[in-house]
Amino acid sequence: MTEEIASREELIKIDYKPRKLDLFEPNLAFRKGTWSYPANPKRMEHLGLPFPREWNPTEADWKLPPNWKEIILKGMEERLKRYRSLRVFLDICVRCGACADKCHFYIGSGDPKNMPVARTELMRSVYRRYFTTGGKLLGRAAGARDLTEDVLKEWFYYYYQCTECRRCSVFCPYGIDTCEITMMGRELLNLVGININWIIEPASNCFRTGNHLGIQPHAFADTIGFAIDEIKEITGITVDVPLNRKGAEILFVTPSADYFAQPHWFTFLGYLMLFHELGLDYTMSSYASEGGNFGLFHSAEMMKRLNNKIYAEAKRLGVKWILGGECGHMWRVIHQYMDTINGPADFLEVPKSPITGTVFENAKSTKMTHISEFTADLIYHNKLKLDPSRNDHWVVTFHDSCNPARAMGLLEEPRYILKKVCNNFYEMPENTIREKTFCCGSGAGIGTDENLEMRLRGGLPRANAVKYVHEKHGVNIVTCMCAIDKANIPTVLKYWVPGVEVGGVHEMVANALIMKGEKPRVTDVRGQPLKAKAAEGGQK
Amino acid sequence: MNTLFGVILPYCGIAIFILGMLYRVIMWGRSAVPFRIPTTCGQEKSLPWIKANPLENPPNNRFVIVRMLLEILLFRSLWRNTRSEVKPEKQKLIYSSNKFLWLFGLLFHWSLLIILVRHLRLFMEPVPWAIKTLEDLDGAFDIVINTLFLTDIVILLALTYLLLRRIVFPQIRYISLPADYFAVILILSIAVTGVCLRIFYHTDVVAVKELAMSVLRFDPEVPGGISWLFFLHVTLVSVLLAYFPFSKMVHMGGIFFSPTRNLANNNRMKRHINPWDYPVKVHPYHEYEDEFRKFMKGAGLPVEKE
Repeated sequence: MTEEIASREELIKIDYKPRKLDLFEPNLAFRKGTWSYPANPKRMEHLGLPFPREWNPTEADWKLPPNWKEIILKGMEERLKRYRSLRVFLDICVRCGACADKCHFYIGSGDPKNMPVARTELMRSVYRRYFTTGGKLLGRAAGARDLTEDVLKEWFYYYYQCTECRRCSVFCPYGIDTCEITMMGRELLNLVGININWIIEPASNCFRTGNHLGIQPHAFADTIGFAIDEIKEITGITVDVPLNRKGAEILFVTPSADYFAQPHWFTFLGYLMLFHELGLDYTMSSYASEGGNFGLFHSAEMMKRLNNKIYAEAKRLGVKWILGGECGHMWRVIHQYMDTINGPADFLEVPKSPITGTVFENAKSTKMTHISEFTADLIYHNKLKLDPSRNDHWVVTFHDSCNPARAMGLLEEPRYILKKVCNNFYEMPENTIREKTFCCGSGAGIGTDENLEMRLRGGLPRANAVKYVHEKHGVNIVTCMCAIDKANIPTVLKYWVPGVEVGGVHEMVANALIMKGEKPRVTDVRGQPLKAKAAEGGQK
Repeated sequence: MNTLFGVILPYCGIAIFILGMLYRVIMWGRSAVPFRIPTTCGQEKSLPWIKANPLENPPNNRFVIVRMLLEILLFRSLWRNTRSEVKPEKQKLIYSSNKFLWLFGLLFHWSLLIILVRHLRLFMEPVPWAIKTLEDLDGAFDIVINTLFLTDIVILLALTYLLLRRIVFPQIRYISLPADYFAVILILSIAVTGVCLRIFYHTDVVAVKELAMSVLRFDPEVPGGISWLFFLHVTLVSVLLAYFPFSKMVHMGGIFFSPTRNLANNNRMKRHINPWDYPVKVHPYHEYEDEFRKFMKGAGLPVEKE
């Protein structure tokens, strides 16, 4: 944490009344705590990206290439042809304002340019000026403005204050999705070498080592070893975790944070315990050791470059299908893009649970199934022995992650699992869950320390809903299925609602799962003591 | 003069409208749809025992059509609208349902449609029974001595609300452009002149119909006895028609092209093709193994090449 942040009593005093009508006056405040550092040029070079250089957003000179304007306009023209979403969304907005107070950044900051409609106007005004007759002829009167360096700087500021969560798109009467605009804005900025390190560095790591964290294969094997040891300590059972094994039935891919960060780790233990208990014929891979995809936050091309490893590795190892761990944007990529960008996966078979025989018809082309679909199916068919009382020390709520909710519709499976493995489950208020869920505030690659104030502001709506169930039902853990959530919500909650933890769905499964030959459990997978009654239950 | 306002301008307006909208639709149609990106607003079709919500998360084109109809005819997404409020002293955010925009938006659009259909009587001889029935229903409330249609009142109210909210609510004022005021004021003027023609300044309807039919036959003739107000009304309509394809009002056609609404969420079931897909630079496994082989062997990971 690089900056002192105001108290939460101060930060929540949000003024939603715009001070003046300055929609088209570029805002170049770049207040500390509200933006992220530019990319390290070495990382850009590694990925072969254009115009790598040292530059600083707070300085006047961004060291843009001399023909930057031409590059941006050409890039826009190209994207208008390539993406119907872009052209239609730029043409049809009526500025009704239904999206305005749906954005977590607007709710948390009151900055009028964080209204999704305004964020899009930043680009739409330039579109009008160079690509529409009215804008060319009438200029400002037709809502058009010249593309200047200041406009470009403002794009950088606001397109990295959008987490591509798609909540505005749910409320828009035409389905205008600011995520598409932000994606295009970022692609355009990348053409002139403007981007942030927290996206470029993970992308470059992932390209080289197979995962965002840059974990090399031997360290990957080590960390799996630690997980095996830890499971042995908790359950007395030594689980087997095959790595890079050819001929396995299933390739398991999960975000790298699961095996390297907390509280993701406990969910990871849950996967391994579950697979062991089932005797699943699976393997993990050090080469395809990342489910997430920070390329999505850079460009469609980078997304494709990183995602490529998953199918390639499935083919090399000769598996039948792919199982994916808990994650958010990973599932946007898997569900909406992977088959298109790197398919067809005709060398794989339609996923079929070897335990229940269920064929996952909904994944018959992509051939990749979400772990919560897999586990819900197991529980539904009574294939797991569960003792939900081992989660009695938790009062649980569930946070829908943006992408599984709004780019997929995976809403019931995790809830079904949670209700079977926990006795105390409470939903947050209706306007903050399912398709109306709020982003944690740090998605789409902006979870940086230097951007902390903005993350806390963006996290306010989620935290405030947690506060509600915390006070009403005593909720003490937020479960979620997104690696970025698991990394960021702890920070957000520590600030807004201290005393509430963050965990994963399969962490709850891990606690409840009765394994053959396990020793009596006295702690949960975090090493915290179980509630007395639960401990006795285990000894029977 | 009357020929200019009664014939030439309307012809120009209609021509610009048709060509302009055609241009828009062609431009939208020519843009590719590289990815299938529906915004899902309900449970997807997954396991057979999990209740899916096909209206909010259509698994196939049949339900896409239903979803689009709900959106276009009933403004489904606006129905969801909420208002958020912050109570700093209580450290609380509150969301409440806010259906005013939905209500007045729907009233405006439906009134406009009914009024347009009613106007067809000027272009048809004999007048089809459907239009007559609609007229009778719309005029069921005879408020003033002259028949004042229900939709006339409703559209004036709705447009007034849509205009006032841009002026009164600071956030909406912030995002309102000159074009937004222009559009609503233009339509409001058309409605006001139209209502005036009915109530205060009667015009010779028979003559108007003669004019309309002759324009439709491409054999325009302007009969006498038509009031100046009528020509003002028609001129405003012509301006609206000409302005339409260059304005935000193209949402009328654009919504059909919105990829977050008009695509099925069958992404993992059916492969979608990107027409401009191109090969990219990837990091293949053998390069990865070449770099890390020593470490991989040290850690006991299987390798392809010893």
